[in-house]
Amino acid sequence: MEFAELIKTPRVDNVVLHRPFYPAVEGTLCLTGHHLILSSRQDNTEELWLLHSNIDAIDKRFVGPLGTIIIKCKDFRIIQLDIPGMEECLNIASSIEALSTLDSITLMYPFFYRPMFEVIEDGWHSFLPEQEFELYSSATSDWRLSYVNKEFAVCPSYPPIVIVPKSIDDEALRKVATFRHGGRFPVLSYYHKKNGMVIMRSGQPLTGTNGRRCKEDEKLINATLRAGKRGYIIDTRSLNVAQQARAKGGGFEQEAHYPQWRRIHKSIERYHILQESLVKLVEACNDQTHNMDRWLSKLESSNWLTHIKEILTTACLVAQCIDREGASILIHGTEGTDSTLQVTSLAQIILEPRSRTIRGFEALIEREWLQAGHPFQQRCAQSAYCNSKQKWESPVFLLFLDCVWQILRQFPCSFEFNENFLIMLFEHAYASQFGTFLGNNESERCKLKLQQKTMSLWSWVNRPSELSKFTNPLFEANNLVIWPSVAPQSLQLWEGIFLRWNRSSKYLDEAYEEMVNIIEYNKELQAKVNLLRRQLAELETKDGMQESP
Amino acid sequence: MVVNAAESARVEQVKLLDRFSTNNKSLTGTLYLTATHLLFIDSQQKETWILHHHIGSVEKLALTTSGCPLVIQCKNFRIVHFIVPRERDCHDIYNSLLQLSKQAKYEDLYAFSYNPKQNDSERLRGWQLIDLAEEYKRMGVPNSNWQLSDANREYKICETYPRELYVPRIASKPIIVGSSKFRSKGRFPVLSYYHQNKEAAICRCSQPLSGFSARCLEDEHLLQAISKANPANRYMYVVDTRPKLNAIANRAAGKGYENEDNYSNIRFQFVGIENIHVMRSSLQKLLEVFDNIYFQYISVWTTYISVNGTKGLSVNDFYSGLESSGWLRHIKAVMDAAIFLAKAIMVENASVLVHCSDGWDRTSQVCSLGSLLLDSYYRTVKGFMVLIEKDWISFGHKFSERCGHLDGDPKEVSPVFTQFLECVWHLTEQFPQDFEFNEAFLLQIHEHIHSCQFGNFLGNCQKEREELKLKEKTYSLWPFLLDDQKKYLNPLYSSNSQKFAVLEPNTASFNFKFWRNMYHQFDRTLHPRESVCNIIMNMNEQNKQLEKDIKDLESKINKRKNEQIDGVLTKELLHPVHPESPIIKTSLCFKEQTLLPVNDTLRTIEGSNPADNRYSEYAEEFSKSEPAVVSLEYGVARMTC
Repeated sequence: MEFAELIKTPRVDNVVLHRPFYPAVEGTLCLTGHHLILSSRQDNTEELWLLHSNIDAIDKRFVGPLGTIIIKCKDFRIIQLDIPGMEECLNIASSIEALSTLDSITLMYPFFYRPMFEVIEDGWHSFLPEQEFELYSSATSDWRLSYVNKEFAVCPSYPPIVIVPKSIDDEALRKVATFRHGGRFPVLSYYHKKNGMVIMRSGQPLTGTNGRRCKEDEKLINATLRAGKRGYIIDTRSLNVAQQARAKGGGFEQEAHYPQWRRIHKSIERYHILQESLVKLVEACNDQTHNMDRWLSKLESSNWLTHIKEILTTACLVAQCIDREGASILIHGTEGTDSTLQVTSLAQIILEPRSRTIRGFEALIEREWLQAGHPFQQRCAQSAYCNSKQKWESPVFLLFLDCVWQILRQFPCSFEFNENFLIMLFEHAYASQFGTFLGNNESERCKLKLQQKTMSLWSWVNRPSELSKFTNPLFEANNLVIWPSVAPQSLQLWEGIFLRWNRSSKYLDEAYEEMVNIIEYNKELQAKVNLLRRQLAELETKDGMQESP
Repeated sequence: MVVNAAESARVEQVKLLDRFSTNNKSLTGTLYLTATHLLFIDSQQKETWILHHHIGSVEKLALTTSGCPLVIQCKNFRIVHFIVPRERDCHDIYNSLLQLSKQAKYEDLYAFSYNPKQNDSERLRGWQLIDLAEEYKRMGVPNSNWQLSDANREYKICETYPRELYVPRIASKPIIVGSSKFRSKGRFPVLSYYHQNKEAAICRCSQPLSGFSARCLEDEHLLQAISKANPANRYMYVVDTRPKLNAIANRAAGKGYENEDNYSNIRFQFVGIENIHVMRSSLQKLLEVFDNIYFQYISVWTTYISVNGTKGLSVNDFYSGLESSGWLRHIKAVMDAAIFLAKAIMVENASVLVHCSDGWDRTSQVCSLGSLLLDSYYRTVKGFMVLIEKDWISFGHKFSERCGHLDGDPKEVSPVFTQFLECVWHLTEQFPQDFEFNEAFLLQIHEHIHSCQFGNFLGNCQKEREELKLKEKTYSLWPFLLDDQKKYLNPLYSSNSQKFAVLEPNTASFNFKFWRNMYHQFDRTLHPRESVCNIIMNMNEQNKQLEKDIKDLESKINKRKNEQIDGVLTKELLHPVHPESPIIKTSLCFKEQTLLPVNDTLRTIEGSNPADNRYSEYAEEFSKSEPAVVSLEYGVARMTC
């Protein structure tokens, strides 16, 4: 297919662009296969360069011959184009609509993008499972790498390499896979070096209504327990939901068959409930005319912060079991690809100082989200403005980032990255020139040959010039477990995401700059003092030598 | 155990629970009751001091197996929960506190006995620190349009106004006297702030006694004089800060608001701020949101595991409570009114006359906040003190009644000044570089409007303060805050902003947030564990020290070089510059500052606290976190059955 077929009018003059915080600009609008570009004719610099895939929804309006297209982006920005001529406007609108909803992944921009920067380190190879495993293998020999899923035959949503208890062979894993939703047998998510406790994750057990059991499954998870120890199974669904799942062949671990495990049910919401929550929240944030009562009641009824609290609380509970009670954990919900990953990754942020560094956080995303098979393609297909209401669209990853932001706010010095890093990840998960977030799992990415055909986000991010934008100047390595407060008074609306286009952040940005300056200046002064000290010491020893012969 | 004011009493084996503490173990210690403070010293010798004047209410709960619970709610939003082993002791403490926390006479307040060991001249100098005549001069009055009036020199016209008032030069004394008779409590229109660049003024007064049709020519003349004193604009705004309905209701009582037909060139405007009673019950409702969760919310731990049943405060409860309290709505209303003032002056060059009913609550809020938006001086430490002295203290905001300093009418108590501080806090959030002071400064001032430790906020008007001889018998707060200034400085302040750099805050509802550091300032687990403000503050300090070190080192190096050139060798300079490296020294105390300074009130606050310090403390607490285990088991038992 040629993009040209979709572009009925590639170019329109005298288009006026309105967007937040900038004066209106008049210029020429150009449509390319992947971008919408507006450049003002005066100095020929482009004013707007928007990926079609970032467009969530469009509205059109006509007043006489003047058409207006309102473009609502996945990053929640809303821009407006005034286009003279009804026909042009209709053409542009239908082209944008077609181009922003391309069916085939291989037509997406990452397959066409050619980087303008030199690749220092290929991000596709930055976080290999073998390397991650090495970090553990120094501390324990109870675990091994398994290649049982090499061909993605045992579990289509797992990566080819997973970490499992050493005592369990691949044959047993195959059997366990048939007992777990989507073939997602329990695998190692995190190893707590301090006390050897672990977090495992999986899909729900397929017990069904007649209480099926699987000896290998029981053996597998018991293999992670030390003698005489008990573990906790955290089911991210309420007991009710978990019970209902039995009717559809799913279910939960029966005490009788797992006597060494205690099950705790939490209720983290999923799918469309989260999506509706996001839609309501963004709608509330976008209306500046709300009076106080209405704003507060809209914020409340969006339930967004309730979800945040629920997810964070569960993660804290997991961290508490691991670090305080010395108990290992198995986490699952239904598929084990959404709330499960929110919890396992947040628990690691709390427990593991490395995951609070830039590199460690990237590794965490790679491990716990991309390789763990969070279906990014489905979840991030649309954002807050789209009416499509597909069940699989859900801001699961955004909620995770929001939770990280909440912890970052409470521990502003313990993270190597800043808020911008989280915002960047949000943007790229929804629309990107990089291939990292394409596809729903490793198997799909393999088939798409993303490593060969697209550029990794990490190749770009990990260049020093980019990293500097994402580095937290206040960072001081903190090797402790960090316990966030989950009280409603301590949770806040993430303004950097939700109010980003609704109010100017000029003064806050300037204050941030000033803070960076003070810190930089401090470093400079310290270096200078040290230098002068050394000089003085040298002079003094010289004197001493002259004196003492 | 009957406690006289003079002697102190003690009760041992008392338990202290903190409602948001990180573990639900209580601290055991000894409770002392002194003439001024309630003091609790726990087994680790950590002291918790509570000033009697800070106590808002004392409640004795039903006897439990471990003893008799005593709940104390303080005006600075601290809530403490003691368990006294013997009911008899509890009852005695309860009665004593009831007595001690409510004084009948000013002379029994702490300020009259507080002695910071200063001599008379030091004390007097402290009182002279803020000079309002100087402040009016700074604004640019008197000038050709405005003059100092001696009409109220003996408090003859208005008892609740200060002696020195500035009025339009063309307003004669008979006009002033006439107008004052037409205004509630005699509070006739006077100058509050003069904008030198725009030659426009903010004036203040109380409501006119207009009833349904009364008019007063002198009052009309006075308003006209205010208009004429502004050469740039012929019309002026009259802002009635009340809701229209309230103003109309007042007409039936012979009061009311200005009729535009009777006054030439005025534009009349209501801005709808509610009265003190609404504000009082709004704060009450706000605090009740957290009350409901009192002991269900004992620890962070239990909230992690409380699944069904024993839920802590939910997000929805919090926001619906916040909404139904109306608190943020009121804050926004005050802010919007102040913005109206600032705009009238900046955009239209128009003078504004502000009033409410008596002109000492809402009027003070709006005038002071409006001036703060317009004039960067009020955003400095000293300027903010001046602003409070001018628009609040001198113009007769009834601090003693509003804060309930004496045992009086509870219906007169209202958090009007707290709202003002909160508005300022919201501004500091939106304009992080425009204020010389930080949040701790606002909290400290709030602490002292209730502490009765200094004379500034005692009494209800200047006349009363003079009668109390406060300047001879008590100390002024401001010099003490200035001495401690370092703790209150905003490290990001950019002082080069223009004098008339006007702040234009965004008041879309989403900009208003719950002020956790005020209403939960003692609930330390709710706060960020690392304070950016403190870190940057310390770094600024450290930078100054480093700059000095560099100078020292450079001069020493030069000296030594010269000596070498001269061939003069001296031994005495051989010892290192600083025996202890300043870097090590400063980095040791790097994050140790607390959000609020520990000062004479001996507060034990750990607002948002030293990071590393905190962690170790934290870790220590958790390493013995048996209760968490127990409750976890409990939670599991509940959930799996």
